[in-house]
Amino acid sequence: MNERRKTHPAVNALYIVGLVAFFLVFMFPFIWMILSSFKTQAEIMSIPPRWTFTAGLKNYVEVFKGQEFGAYMANSFVIAVGSTLAGLVLGLPAAYSIARNKQASLGFTILVARIVPGITFLIPWFMIFTRMHLVDTLTALILSHMLVTMPFVVWVMVPFFEAIPNELIEAARVDGCTEQSAFIRIVLMISGPGIITSSILAFIFSWNNFMFSQILTGKHTKTLPVAIFNFLGYSEINWGGLMAAAVIITLPVLILALITQKYIVRGLTAGAVKG
Amino acid sequence: MSRWLEKHLKWAFPLPAVIFIVVMMAFPILYTLRISATEWSMSAILAPKFVGLANYTKLLTSDHRFWAAVWRTFYFTVVAVAGETFLGVALAMLLNRDFPGKNFMKTLFLLPMVATPVAVGMVWMLMFEPTIGFMNYFLKLVHLPPQLWIASQKAALPSLAMVDIWQWTPMIALIALAGLVSLPADPFEAAEVDGATSWQVFWHVTLPMLRPTIGVAVILRSIDALKTFDIIYAMTQGGPNYSTETLNLYGYTLGFSYFEMGPASALLMIFFAIVLGVVIALNWARKGVTA
Repeated sequence: MNERRKTHPAVNALYIVGLVAFFLVFMFPFIWMILSSFKTQAEIMSIPPRWTFTAGLKNYVEVFKGQEFGAYMANSFVIAVGSTLAGLVLGLPAAYSIARNKQASLGFTILVARIVPGITFLIPWFMIFTRMHLVDTLTALILSHMLVTMPFVVWVMVPFFEAIPNELIEAARVDGCTEQSAFIRIVLMISGPGIITSSILAFIFSWNNFMFSQILTGKHTKTLPVAIFNFLGYSEINWGGLMAAAVIITLPVLILALITQKYIVRGLTAGAVKG
Repeated sequence: MSRWLEKHLKWAFPLPAVIFIVVMMAFPILYTLRISATEWSMSAILAPKFVGLANYTKLLTSDHRFWAAVWRTFYFTVVAVAGETFLGVALAMLLNRDFPGKNFMKTLFLLPMVATPVAVGMVWMLMFEPTIGFMNYFLKLVHLPPQLWIASQKAALPSLAMVDIWQWTPMIALIALAGLVSLPADPFEAAEVDGATSWQVFWHVTLPMLRPTIGVAVILRSIDALKTFDIIYAMTQGGPNYSTETLNLYGYTLGFSYFEMGPASALLMIFFAIVLGVVIALNWARKGVTA
């Protein structure tokens, strides 16, 4: 429903002012992050704040030189891809079964997974992984990130699968398809948008995850969010480097979100808006 | 094989997920429940000692830090979710008309939600910096006194709630916008015929019809706001002087800084019960309103 009424010019002006204000406030931290990442420490410290910068790529070079940032990036990427794929493999058939067989109790379990505070899982897993010498391995990190990705895939996909008309599957069955091949050949084929939505967001949530990684990573599997947190250190904060690191971590996610925006709106609002 | 699979598909399909849930989720919850009745500091030599409900009674009756954390958790959640709902609905109303570049703008509003919280926390730390930060410069521009933001005990928690509001207002806005688009046109036409003002239309027509959608959005946001961890831990680690220590932060500190797994587990069980209680209460309130 869009308002079609003729509005007073003053109201119109108010509208535009409001929208611009919202826009500036919500974009400002990103603008400031990028600006600061190109500034020298002295430029960042200057009062009043400067809008110009002269450091060029110096901060970025320093970030990659000082730490093994490339390795952390690779860790983050492998863990995010691994936990997303595993989440899809487990989550898609489960979501389909919940949707098709109306397995409400199973669906409810997924809801509980969203409610339980994450550390509740972390305490036992930290103990067990420690005993099994799995702390600081990709296995432990991928498994723990799956606690986020798998329920999310189910959460997004159940309403999606519910919307697929039964006739479509029945028709395939009449043609001699088994239920499982109907799932693979038909259901998954026409569910592209849903699968894209859930994979992108699962990837982003894993990439952004801090709590699980903070506990379970060590020297070998440090991810970007853990690395930037350690960047804070004990002495004076190197703001330029910190902002460069923040840009490196956020930029891939922001670009991914911009490219795939029409899919992710649906995923982010899943559970609240039908369809 | 495929015959057998087909016959048992109903449980074969969700089986891997169910195994994962049992092993990775249900078992840890029960294990945490068990640890919550013991006293153990992860020592290899000393076995966990069974103490019954002692950890719970200690938290509930004599731990000031616990009750302070409960209060902060609710304070943070109420401030953040109320702010997000108010601003989110306002933003949705602003976006609910056609103008050039609307889709591009909508896309950019997604960014706070998907940006890595820890990285975002670092940017806000720079902006909150009392001497060199942009926030105090801005306050000076509009002739307001400078603030200490996350550096002061009094202002730290509201400042963190502000970051949460920045992050999640767009989510409420998107949900409300989807709700707005799907509203029927008739009531609006009727209101127009009756000569209602824009404000009257919003207050008496739009808002009541939008209430169910907003209700679900508030529940989803409340669940996550109660459990907020990343931005708080990244920016203040619960400080200064515990002033931003919410339940999640206190549980984390008990478990992974003090290695007091018993009390930490007891706290997490109570925390879980609180989140569940809030969800049930909100859901009940929502149904009461719409019925």
